[in-house]
Amino acid sequence: MIVHALAALLQTQVPGLPEHRVANIFKPLASPAQSEYEIAVFVIAITTVIFVVVGGLIVFTIVRFRRRPSDDTRQEPPQVYGSNQIEVAWTVIPILIVFVLIGVTARITAGVQNASPPASTVKVTVIGHQWWWEVVYPDFGLTTANEIHVPASPDGKTATYLTLRSMDVIHSFWVPQLSGKTDLIPNRDNFLWIDPKEAGIYLGNCAEYCGTQHANMLLRVIAHPPGDFEKWMAEQQKPAEQNPQMTEAKAMFESLSCINCHTVKGTPAVGKFGPDLTHLMSRETIGAGVLTNTAENLRNWINDPQVAKPGCYMPSMKLTDQELGQVVSYLESLK
Amino acid sequence: MASIDYPLEHPKIHPREFSFSETLYAWVATVDHKRLGLMYIVSALIFLVIAGIMASVMRIQLAVPNNHFVDPDTFNRLFTMHGTTMVFLVGMPIVAGLSNYLVPLMIGARDMAFPRLNAFGFWIFLFGGLLLYYSYIGGSGLSGAGSAPDVGWFAYAPLTEKAFSRGASSDFWALGVMVSGFGSIASAINVIATTISLRCPGMTLSRMPVFVWVMLVDAWLILVALPPLSAAQIMLLLDRSLGANFFNTQAGGSAVLWQHFFWIFGHPEVYILIFPAFGTLSEIIPIFSRKPIFGRPAMVGAVVAIGFISLGVWAHHMFAVGMTSWSNTFFAASSMLVGVPTGIKIFNWTATMYGGKLRFATPMLFCCGFLLQFLVAGLTGIMLAVAPFDWQLHDSYFVVAHFHFTLIGGLVFGVFAGLYYWFPKATGRMLSEKLGKWHFWLFCIGFNMTFIPLHFAGMLGMPRRIYTYAAGRGWESWNMIASIGVIFQAAGILFFVWNVIQSLRFGERAGDDPWDAWTLEWATTSPPPEYNFEKLPVVRSSRPLWDLKHPQDPDWKFE
Amino acid sequence: MAATSVVPVPPGPMEREWTTPDRGTVGIIFLIVTETALFSIFVVTYLVYIGKSLNGPYPREVLSIPIIASICLLLSSWTVYRAEHALQHNHLDRFKLWWIITILLGGEFLIATGVEWYHLITKEHFTISTNLAGSTFYSLVGLHASHVIVGLTFLLLVLIVTLAGFPIQTQFRRVRFLSWYWHFVDGIWVVVFTVVYIIGR
Repeated sequence: MIVHALAALLQTQVPGLPEHRVANIFKPLASPAQSEYEIAVFVIAITTVIFVVVGGLIVFTIVRFRRRPSDDTRQEPPQVYGSNQIEVAWTVIPILIVFVLIGVTARITAGVQNASPPASTVKVTVIGHQWWWEVVYPDFGLTTANEIHVPASPDGKTATYLTLRSMDVIHSFWVPQLSGKTDLIPNRDNFLWIDPKEAGIYLGNCAEYCGTQHANMLLRVIAHPPGDFEKWMAEQQKPAEQNPQMTEAKAMFESLSCINCHTVKGTPAVGKFGPDLTHLMSRETIGAGVLTNTAENLRNWINDPQVAKPGCYMPSMKLTDQELGQVVSYLESLK
Repeated sequence: MASIDYPLEHPKIHPREFSFSETLYAWVATVDHKRLGLMYIVSALIFLVIAGIMASVMRIQLAVPNNHFVDPDTFNRLFTMHGTTMVFLVGMPIVAGLSNYLVPLMIGARDMAFPRLNAFGFWIFLFGGLLLYYSYIGGSGLSGAGSAPDVGWFAYAPLTEKAFSRGASSDFWALGVMVSGFGSIASAINVIATTISLRCPGMTLSRMPVFVWVMLVDAWLILVALPPLSAAQIMLLLDRSLGANFFNTQAGGSAVLWQHFFWIFGHPEVYILIFPAFGTLSEIIPIFSRKPIFGRPAMVGAVVAIGFISLGVWAHHMFAVGMTSWSNTFFAASSMLVGVPTGIKIFNWTATMYGGKLRFATPMLFCCGFLLQFLVAGLTGIMLAVAPFDWQLHDSYFVVAHFHFTLIGGLVFGVFAGLYYWFPKATGRMLSEKLGKWHFWLFCIGFNMTFIPLHFAGMLGMPRRIYTYAAGRGWESWNMIASIGVIFQAAGILFFVWNVIQSLRFGERAGDDPWDAWTLEWATTSPPPEYNFEKLPVVRSSRPLWDLKHPQDPDWKFE
Repeated sequence: MAATSVVPVPPGPMEREWTTPDRGTVGIIFLIVTETALFSIFVVTYLVYIGKSLNGPYPREVLSIPIIASICLLLSSWTVYRAEHALQHNHLDRFKLWWIITILLGGEFLIATGVEWYHLITKEHFTISTNLAGSTFYSLVGLHASHVIVGLTFLLLVLIVTLAGFPIQTQFRRVRFLSWYWHFVDGIWVVVFTVVYIIGR
């Protein structure tokens, strides 16, 4: 168990699982996380030295000055009341250390917050909902959910510029390997830019308690290798698949109240309360990361979302087996 | 001769046992600071056990991934009630209880300045606590939604607004905490008036025990820090009941404003909570080292400095809300600066021990545990104060580990030290050293086993306040180790409870001054009579009993 | 150890006469400190939300400056001082007179506030839930008014026991504390007035 625990700390991979499963803050793969990592190492180094020196002194004192059986209990030790020189010394030295830390903090804080992103950026608006993420690409007229697709930036020349908002309560965007937290706050826009150095999947969470299903407000950033992002975007910009075999299933879907909350582009389904389903099958997960997107999971999810994610705002629609089958097969056609 | 003679009756020796109802009446109607102090401490300990059980349930739930031991709503209520209880119904009454019991005894007074206000403070605190817990029954309100509050102990708006928190649970949270806060304010005014006005002849401010100084500054912090919380809670209640718009983001209200108000209270609050431990250490370490406290003026100065600097650090809880880099740097700087006086305190305690003859009775063991653990807590605090590092650590399990190191590793250890030290004074009997050592070692091992791993879980991206997590993210083992640690902690607490029950009946008789101590509370009988001192003492130094015991070498010759 | 307590009473004379501040004085001062902290949060909220309301009516459209009420309240600070002064010199009749005037002035302020609120709510439809200005206005002014009510209650209590023949001179300290509290309530009004009726409009 200990070995397993330490292994997680030293690397980002747990044997048998895909890349970047462990969101280790000490394995940064984007500019903000990199700066935060550097200052973290610096601060940990300083505090470790302090810990060793002061902790050593405390332990030494405890061991060295313990009362021994041979001691005369009536004899009190020399009564020392204090020393101004020593007080000054251990006031001034910490102040000096603090000033060094303040200087470094000021530099890195300004560096991260005020850094201008590279010229070539993809703009993404991330909108927090209880308990899922709406992802909007305003320049491409595209809306998706929970999985943020961005171009990787091995040369550091492209970046993704995130505008963070909330529709309801406060959420927080945290993908540890890319960046520290920035809150999504109603009535306020926050900003953040990331430039993942490697293609791959980066896991994150909502990091501000936002209600019942805060735990299952999971987030993944999928960084595409150069060129792939454009392909993905082109796929996503297509309207929803019109499969002639699905006419009946589509009609069933549109006759149910699903469409009050969900959008499927180019159909009567224009609801805004839940995630956009136009290209549902291109996503890896459903329910903001609570289940992997398989046929069985999707069926169970639609049958009763309250099993996998109790308390979430998607109700069980109490569909008959036939209705359920048709809805699932329609959704499965939304590639 | 400067002693003041009061025509007092001789202490009565009661010829008969009191009936239950007489005893009950005596306790309920009492205005005696010692009884009120004990009632504060006992209620704090009861709430500690309740909140500890809640924590254990949460650790069971999180021991393995995808656990279904409790459902999400239950879990959210658990951590909300755990946090709220620990801060407002354990930490605050510990402050009030220790200062109530000890301050008058230490400054040679016969009672607090306002005894009836004191009783009012206790009962209103208890009422607030019961109101909060009544939410488990009454929190569903008219609309039938909710039970106990589930908004977290810092209850961020707009999650607490009517739109997101239906039923009455958030109202119970706001009202219960606010009402118990009035009790804390009453007790704080009392402590200040007592220390300023009721010191016995010769007890100048510079001779006052460090414990009393600490509680004085603590009371000051309560007076300036609690009203912002009450104000914000009044606004929240207006929002919820009259449709006001303070935190209604739909009407242009600000969600960040609540955070500012909450942390203007919330950060001084953590110092309010840790101060009793600072106080007990400052009394216990000298006695068990057989040396006076090293650098008294520096110790007092450090506490006063904390009492002011800590008022200007609150926004370090808000580095992630998107403040300007200037504000972030300012609050990072002030937060690190508050580490300097805290460091001075650790150095001075160590220097007090240096060169002494350390006697490791149970109180001293807890003090040593405090020193090392609080050092860790202070250093992780520095890490969190560094804004860019905090963007990663904020709201992760690292923060949970950090503040449990301050509040358990610091406060709870300090309070246990104090309980073992003053139990003989309050009851006339010693706590068992043997059971005490079991208590210390089990609790110490369990505590570190639980909270050291959580630092690492946080660094691996585990956010706080999640009721479950998926396997494969590197968190399982850390969480499992943490949960196992709880077993040791619980065993430690059981030893403590058993120790108290045993010692109350069969403990060794303590006598007036079992530790060979130097402050005034040991100059009276154990337990002290209702009027504390037959004659009001007169002091000429900060260690009046040292002077008495060493007439050839009294402190006042050097002061 | 001896069965009775060993209370240290060192030999030799005390260095100096031993006096400590009066506990009531300390208590009332720190009560005012904590009340100030409470008010400052409401004042800050008012200032933060100036001009942030999304819809009307706005303060500048509906609020008019309560000149007479303000003068009354400030005047009552002076009259309560006169009353306290009279009591200190044992002029009981003069004390009663100034005390009654204080109560009347305070009462007038409270009535004026009531009339203002009634007008705002029924005529202008400006309520606590209208907008941010409404929320901050009613909470700040209302918090102050509730302190006026508490002050008036205690003033009345003193008046009643005095008229009933209780020797109020014996309670001079407490009367003085009450007058301090009243000065505090008046002082707060200066701040509230400035924030609400001058800056806020």
